[in-house]
Amino acid sequence: MKRVLVVVVAVVASASLIGLLVYGLGSREDDVSIEQALARGERPAAPSRELAVLGESATRSIADLRGKVVVLNFWASWCGPCKVEAPVLDRAQKRLERAGAGTVLGVTRDDATPDSLKFVRDFSLTYPSLRDVDAKLAREYGSTRVPETFVIDARGRIADALRGQITQQRLDEALAKAMQ
Amino acid sequence: MRRGALIAALAMTLIAPVSAPAAGERPSLPDIENEVMCVSCEIPLNIAEAPQADKQRDLIRTLIAQGRSKQQIKAALVREYGEDVLALPDSGGFGLTAYAIPLALVALLAGGLVVLLPRWRRRTPAGIAEQDAPGLSDAESSRLDNELARYER
Repeated sequence: MKRVLVVVVAVVASASLIGLLVYGLGSREDDVSIEQALARGERPAAPSRELAVLGESATRSIADLRGKVVVLNFWASWCGPCKVEAPVLDRAQKRLERAGAGTVLGVTRDDATPDSLKFVRDFSLTYPSLRDVDAKLAREYGSTRVPETFVIDARGRIADALRGQITQQRLDEALAKAMQ
Repeated sequence: MRRGALIAALAMTLIAPVSAPAAGERPSLPDIENEVMCVSCEIPLNIAEAPQADKQRDLIRTLIAQGRSKQQIKAALVREYGEDVLALPDSGGFGLTAYAIPLALVALLAGGLVVLLPRWRRRTPAGIAEQDAPGLSDAESSRLDNELARYER
């Protein structure tokens, strides 16, 4: 009887360990649910969180910008491709602002405030940035690295997702899609 | 009594951090690097070589130069990079397994000992000898006696 009990305990313990291992490996896979929804022709609701504005004590969220097109860009000062795409994003900001159609909204992650502020100064960025300190907003977008850009339409839905460094052409296409 | 003191001393040695600076002593970069993570590469900072890790080290050096204590520096790192910067597993989700598995293994081991120890105790050396010794037949017994008698001659 005791031997059966020992076998049962060993089997349950082994099964639990294997289950945890599978869960752990599964939870580390990239979340591509936004891309899957976009591929189906859907526009998923853009996740929003109240985050601190970089260099200010105020907070802001994507939901505050409902009614405008938002180019949401996750970036960090230590990221090489972020430096390359910063001028592209700033040009987009100036165009959107002139047209009164929307804004670029930067979101920093894994980056210290003084480094982010220096980046803004170095590239003379005119668009605001928020600080996603725990990368909680990034996780809601399935974003695990920088740079990643999401174009959100005026109804607060994701119209396009651009993982990695953006180009002028790709951003223009995404903006045209969001404004349709 | 002496054994108790020895165990207590050993326990204290195991519990005390190996390279912890004395109270009031200025922390060093390696002291802190051992206890924090490179947040973008998700590995301990002391082995990380990513650009973000270099920025993190710069911040730590600046904070050390400002005379901050180790705890103050770690708190500042959490403010800048979030809780993930601390080299401790999450207390929820998959990170919980890092705490649960060792506890489960210790519990299993303790359970096994509780079941098996009394059984081992009951097996006396005499009992083991009795059980393990192969029985001799009458013919073998008499042959053994003859052999021994021959050697004694």
